[in-house]
Amino acid sequence: MRASKPLQIYITNNLVMNSAQIEIQLIASLVAVACAIPGTFLVLRKMAMISDAISHSILPGVVIGFFITHNLNSPLLILLAAFTGIITVVLVEYIQKTKLVKEDTAIGLVFPALFSIGVILIAKNANDVHLDIDAVLLGELAFAPFDRLVVFGVDMGPKSLYIIGSILLITITLVITFFKELKVSTFDKGLASSLGFSPVIIHYGLMSVSSVTTVGAFDAVGAILVVALMIAPAATAYLLTTNLKKMLVLAVVIGVSSAISGYWLAHWLDASIAGSMTTVLGLIFLFVYLFAPTKGVIAVMYRERQQQTEVSLLTFLLHLKNHTDNNERHINHLREHINWQKVTATRVLNLALKNNMITIDMNIISLTKKGDLFTSKAIDYIITNEDSQIEDMKDDFFLFRG
Amino acid sequence: MNKKIAVKVDDLTVAYNYKPVLWDIDLEIPEGVLMAIVGPNGAGKSTLIKSILGILKPIAGSISIYGKPYIKQRKLVAYVPQKGSVDWDFPTTALDVVLMGTYGSLGWIKRPRQKEKKAALEALEKVGMLSLKNRQISQLSGGQQQRIFLARALVQNASIYFMDEPFQGVDATTEIAIINILKELRKAGKTVIVVHHDLQTVPEYFDWVTFLNVKKIATGPVKDIFNDENLTKTYGINYKVSIQE
Repeated sequence: MRASKPLQIYITNNLVMNSAQIEIQLIASLVAVACAIPGTFLVLRKMAMISDAISHSILPGVVIGFFITHNLNSPLLILLAAFTGIITVVLVEYIQKTKLVKEDTAIGLVFPALFSIGVILIAKNANDVHLDIDAVLLGELAFAPFDRLVVFGVDMGPKSLYIIGSILLITITLVITFFKELKVSTFDKGLASSLGFSPVIIHYGLMSVSSVTTVGAFDAVGAILVVALMIAPAATAYLLTTNLKKMLVLAVVIGVSSAISGYWLAHWLDASIAGSMTTVLGLIFLFVYLFAPTKGVIAVMYRERQQQTEVSLLTFLLHLKNHTDNNERHINHLREHINWQKVTATRVLNLALKNNMITIDMNIISLTKKGDLFTSKAIDYIITNEDSQIEDMKDDFFLFRG
Repeated sequence: MNKKIAVKVDDLTVAYNYKPVLWDIDLEIPEGVLMAIVGPNGAGKSTLIKSILGILKPIAGSISIYGKPYIKQRKLVAYVPQKGSVDWDFPTTALDVVLMGTYGSLGWIKRPRQKEKKAALEALEKVGMLSLKNRQISQLSGGQQQRIFLARALVQNASIYFMDEPFQGVDATTEIAIINILKELRKAGKTVIVVHHDLQTVPEYFDWVTFLNVKKIATGPVKDIFNDENLTKTYGINYKVSIQE
């Protein structure tokens, strides 16, 4: 499966090649947006695995739909396949409700069963129909411009553009209309239910949208990579923001930029477009995972180190507060007595000096008024665990940010 | 008693997988009381509240709020779930969580506007959280999180408040702040029902109490029924309350 072959055909005609490239990128972007929106809610609901299940178990729906319609782009096929997606969710929940197995086990039981039905159906009828498992699993974006919508003899563009476009339109309308309901039922099911927003209806609404999107997108990017487009942009956005609307927008932006840069990566590497898109998604996630300003690994490590220093600082200040005689407050004593390494000791001293909490006079350390007050307040907080007084300290110190 | 009945529970039985967690409960909660529901772990305290609110479906029995089913009286009721029942890493702010309290009166589709936002800010002020309105909820302490949950219930401006362990994992100041607000609600004629764990504070905080352990043991004014006999019946061990007087 290589992207270059259909493109090479187009190269004979520059004009067509350009429009095919634009069409592919447009379809890829629409797929990315359509996936990122339900994906955001799946990630927040800790249901990422269910998208994996749906993406596989739609196969029998696709196959049966194909037998009936002989057209991978038929709306009937999309509905049938999406319906298998819903069946997956219902079955998983049913098995889980018996409490005989856990949710992940239930997912692991249901989707391979449905998927294998699809595989057998294809194998039994392989000679009669043009449908192979590779196409369903991996899709091929590069072929998308071949299947065109022709109305009254006029070429209206690739069919898949219209399919994914309609799905996206429905998704956006639903999310904007029911944003508040989606938010409250995702955050607090109990409250949603008591306010009269049935979490069951919202849950199945979201599952239906996810299923329809998966079916609409599998043709372009394949059933497996749909999962990446749903989960990776949302998971990346989650690390970057603390606002649901921004998370949705960021997921969309990340999805679209991965789609477009993935396309050009594929072009450059002469490789699968869907594979390249997913690779870019993975790389973006990795980058954000490491460097995200507050939730990234490096930021967390820095914060933990800071907190450690601050705990040391507090220990040190407390020591000064409790000991008034000079030899207990001598700079060398600090190292011997509190048993710190030189580096730690220097760091703590510098931090205390920077914050004007101590003064050093002839190697004897004294608490300043500020340092004294800080120590009392901090100890007070640690003992009573009251938070109102130390709000102003949170800005300067990680330690008090919970 | 000539007081109106705010909540009436008749023959309520709730089961998880055919194992009853609440067994034939009859309960009348008069209007204007501040009531504690006490009982050991697994007594069905949260289940009782969730069943009254229609979150759980009972296998038998009926529930009415001021004489009508819950579905028709939804706007009269506010609910504060257990703090641990939600994901505090959810990307949202304190103000936004409080705004969720207004969603019920808005109904489907309609968005909160200036009026709702104003009400939410007032509720935040009442619980002393106004200065933290834009703080991401994971950055709040346990006590602060509980306060915004309370603010979210206040903004609903309900007649009956159900709270599931509002004092769990909060600091002493917050506990006092919360109980003062609950007492104010009672003064304003509201009915407040609280799942409560700390038996020591029952006489100080509440005027009404229900003992629950799968079955209802007793219900009534704290001064009449909060005694060793009922505690022993509920908790199964020989209970002595040294706290009364």
